[in-house]
Amino acid sequence: MKCSLKWLRQYVDISLPPSDLAKLITAAGTEVAHVEVIGGWDNVFVGQIAVIEPHPNADRLRLATVNLGAENVTVVCGAPNLVIGDKIAFARAGANLLDGHTGEKIKLKPSKIRGVLSEGMVCSEMELGLSRSHEGILVLPPDAPLGARLADYMGDVIFDLEVTPNRPDMLSVLGIAHETAALTGAAVREPNLDFIPAGRSIDESISVEITDAQLCPRYCAGIVTGVKIGESPRWLKDALTASGVRSINNVVDITNFVMLEFGQPLHAFDYDHISRSKIIVRLANDGETMTTLDGVERKLTAETLIIADPDRPIAIAGVMGGATSEVTQGTTAVLIESANFKPSSVHNTQVRLKMPSEASARFERSIRAELALPALRRAVQLMIEVCGGKAAEGLIDRYPGRKDAAAVLLTTSEVKRILGLDVPPAQIEKTLVSLGCKVARVSENSFEVIPPYWRSDLRLNADFIEDIARVMGYQSIPDTLLSGAIPHQEPNPMLGLRLNMRQVLAGFGFQEVITYALTDRPTLEKGMNSPLSPEPLHIEHPMSSEQECLRTSLRGNVLAALAANIRREEGAIFLFETGHVYLPKPGDLPVEPEMLCGVLTSTGSEKVWRGRKEPVDFFDTKGAVEGLMAALGVGVNFVESQDPGLRLGRQAAVIAENKFQMGVLGQLHPRVTQAFDLPDNTCLFEINADVLLPLATGTMHYEPLPKFPAVMRDLAVIVGEGTSHSQIVRIINGFSLVKKAVLFDVYSGKQVAAGNKSLAYSLTFQSADHTLTDTEVDKVLSAILKKLADELGATLRS
Amino acid sequence: MDIKTQLEELKAKALGELAAGGDGASLEAWRVRYLGKKSQLTEILRSLAGLSIEERKEVGALSNTLKIELDAAFKIAEETLLARAASSADAKDTIDISLPGRPFPRGHLHPVCQALGEISSIFTAMGFQVLEGPEVEWDYYNFDMLNMPKEHPARAATDTFWLDAPPNDAGWKMLLRTHTSPMQVRTMEKNRPPIRIVVPGIVHRYEATDATHLSMFSQIEGLAVDEGISMADLKGTLHEFARRFFGTDRRVRFRCDFFPYVEPGAEMAVECGVCRGDGCRLCGGSGWIEVLGAGMVHPNVLEGVGIDSKKYSGFAFGMGIERIPLLRAGVEDIRLFYGNDLRFLRQF
Repeated sequence: MKCSLKWLRQYVDISLPPSDLAKLITAAGTEVAHVEVIGGWDNVFVGQIAVIEPHPNADRLRLATVNLGAENVTVVCGAPNLVIGDKIAFARAGANLLDGHTGEKIKLKPSKIRGVLSEGMVCSEMELGLSRSHEGILVLPPDAPLGARLADYMGDVIFDLEVTPNRPDMLSVLGIAHETAALTGAAVREPNLDFIPAGRSIDESISVEITDAQLCPRYCAGIVTGVKIGESPRWLKDALTASGVRSINNVVDITNFVMLEFGQPLHAFDYDHISRSKIIVRLANDGETMTTLDGVERKLTAETLIIADPDRPIAIAGVMGGATSEVTQGTTAVLIESANFKPSSVHNTQVRLKMPSEASARFERSIRAELALPALRRAVQLMIEVCGGKAAEGLIDRYPGRKDAAAVLLTTSEVKRILGLDVPPAQIEKTLVSLGCKVARVSENSFEVIPPYWRSDLRLNADFIEDIARVMGYQSIPDTLLSGAIPHQEPNPMLGLRLNMRQVLAGFGFQEVITYALTDRPTLEKGMNSPLSPEPLHIEHPMSSEQECLRTSLRGNVLAALAANIRREEGAIFLFETGHVYLPKPGDLPVEPEMLCGVLTSTGSEKVWRGRKEPVDFFDTKGAVEGLMAALGVGVNFVESQDPGLRLGRQAAVIAENKFQMGVLGQLHPRVTQAFDLPDNTCLFEINADVLLPLATGTMHYEPLPKFPAVMRDLAVIVGEGTSHSQIVRIINGFSLVKKAVLFDVYSGKQVAAGNKSLAYSLTFQSADHTLTDTEVDKVLSAILKKLADELGATLRS
Repeated sequence: MDIKTQLEELKAKALGELAAGGDGASLEAWRVRYLGKKSQLTEILRSLAGLSIEERKEVGALSNTLKIELDAAFKIAEETLLARAASSADAKDTIDISLPGRPFPRGHLHPVCQALGEISSIFTAMGFQVLEGPEVEWDYYNFDMLNMPKEHPARAATDTFWLDAPPNDAGWKMLLRTHTSPMQVRTMEKNRPPIRIVVPGIVHRYEATDATHLSMFSQIEGLAVDEGISMADLKGTLHEFARRFFGTDRRVRFRCDFFPYVEPGAEMAVECGVCRGDGCRLCGGSGWIEVLGAGMVHPNVLEGVGIDSKKYSGFAFGMGIERIPLLRAGVEDIRLFYGNDLRFLRQF
């Protein structure tokens, strides 16, 4: 809502500077987003054209003598609309103007034009920054005070208010005046609504029928005959321009003016085009059509509330008028509608027809039905004054949905309970009265309060309490800390697990990313390299095809993030994300398991001295998962797996406590690396944190420190290529004196027979009850060797 | 040779060897030779057994003096050697200490997660429990129970991603939650006051993405309900949060604002950290930065979950997280947070 300070001042005295008033209104709940100062025209004055003479050296230029009251000046002027006697805006040298052609800021300098000195300039609207019009000079009204500073005469300040959905009153200049009055302690001068009717009784001219009091609680109408359609007077045009509304003709402008003034949308019908002198407010029939003011034929539905005459629809209630009853140049009799419609009905129609308007914005915010009559009176009064018509005797006022605002009982203790501030009863009363409420004292500490007719948001105790607080200013409420008992807390272990995982991985060098929960099917499919099962949840009206559904896997998005980064830098990149995936569940909300997905890749070797040289591989990935799980205190092992997104033979399922599969890791399937344009060696791990959660209990197991020394021995064995490290280690660990077996070398090549490989282990022997002797250890070592030979065909590498 | 002479000779020899210099190993050998358990000095002392008491006294005193002298000489030699080894001028294997260190990989937590964690822990310290709720919600929790029945203008104004899924048996429709506030309702349905919770999480708005808007962002919600909770508690608690999070010297400002699920409603702004209230580009010239929306829980919301609004009251607040690192670090484009460009993320 754009509100002119000049207009506002007609109803309330304002002594504050505009920027201070803006701050006050903002603090009280309606943000003044912008304060625009119109004017700032130093050295521009109201002048009058006294003499026009031809320019001695140019056919298209003229010399004008401008009377400034105290003196006459001569200017060179090229404007076509120069007329003797017209009041104009005259700029002296030094005035700050906009260039009439480029729109850039300029400072006017005295200049000679074709040999004649011009002492200033007669300004166009564009040069004054009033509009884009540079057709001719701005002609001021004849009553413009000669010699006055233009800024005093025409300057204004426009407040641009961002009105919250609960305050339709702030979509009106009067509402803003009431707000200003309450905040500054001033009083409001409401406009005079009197007029003298001169026509015949309105009941002889029109009858109104409302079919549904819920949809149309009130319908008021007035008729003005003998109007002359024409251009609006300057004051009316200026008022509309200040609020950003285009001037159409005097009748339409008056309806808009009153809407801006009272917040009550009005509609003017050409009375002579209403058939059979009857208006019916009803729901449209399915398939009924009408052409709206914008010339578009609209198909109506049974949910659309319309204004109709007995023959056809003539307007869509609260949204837009119809073309057949439009006020045109030929109109002589006008029916003014000032009605109240159900907010949701107007909203739904406006959304369905995609026709939001100034009117619908007010109805949707649920304006009070009480506004209809005063706004109508104002419109009739102005139409007589501006359009020269005669008002019919009486006004139509059908009010089947009348619901008077209920009085609310407010106590000082309730105010104290909610605000935490003792507000004296007298101040409560004074504050509410300043807002326009009717306040009746019930007892020393309680009141009955009735909200003013322009406020639709004051219904409950809390609403009035907010108004007391915001008028006093929130700064008057003290700051206290919660004093009650701290409630019991239920543990939320996922928070701790997630934080642990994230910190451990960041410590390993992984960068955390957050990708969008919304994605598209191709990205999901490419990431998993398999058809989607289950089918993800889709968005009803996606904003773009890239965000059509909810992810069922993190892989696609994380791989896409990796691909984007690998294009920008060489070396190793490790990324991870923890987040939800959304698995549909029939008839209910989806299940949202918490997933962890890490990706690792490298291109080239890191171009850093002493940086990482080897390309990232499966064992980096496995190491990360092993390290993570060790940090979480979860024992894991790895078994062969068959995830379609990973390369067969280079992937493993992550098993916790030998039974819970909680994830998978491995090198990406070539189709996946290809789809995302990633290096072949890119690896991934994926852990379901919901499965991990009950296992990652953080319980620590204590083992007493050894009392007897350990004995170290190395053991290198040669086995067939097909024999795995885990087979060997399982046998070695089967011997009770073996405390630890660490693999330190894997070799296959010239020094071992083809088809064989050598694995070397560093073994630690230790006993809990005595110091081991060399003989004892040698005995165990040969037993190990024998078992390895018997079961795996292993031989000692010599 | 009498013992005195032996001691004299021993002293001369030992000090002479020490003066000749040598490295750490020869010094250690010297120590073993002259001061160790099997040293000549020890042998001399051992031979005292055969002497008279007088002689023993004299020789004992002499040999003790010698031991002290040799100890002192050893310490000086050791110091000299260490000092020489440590002085780089002497060392042959100097290194270019300006070369970079061997890199340790360093990962970073996402700035949004960092901010969420920090904020959560501040409220945890004030007795709030951290809860999380579903990101896919019913309109019942996201709107209806938050005083935004169907066709409520505020509800219509909230641009929502609706899901292409049938309504449930109660007629509730599925959507991506537009705020973390549904957890207020879910929590109050299951728990009676006193309640103190904060709810961090992802939310969605059907909004075109630009430098200051995202269709997905993170929020943290707070709720406290009990007997006697007032707007003063709201102000005090949030002011305390701002002091701990933004710094104790930053001023805060509350103004009236509207949210359907609170009344009175408020917005909290913090003094701009860049210009300290003078007005700059970051704060749009106002000197203040809007940080969160808040208010006293609307009586309709309390009554909706069966909490007596005449007995209990409470406050709620919600803040967008992306704005916080944005404001702290002066990031100009909010889209960077989910663009996952490492050049950006590594700065946090």
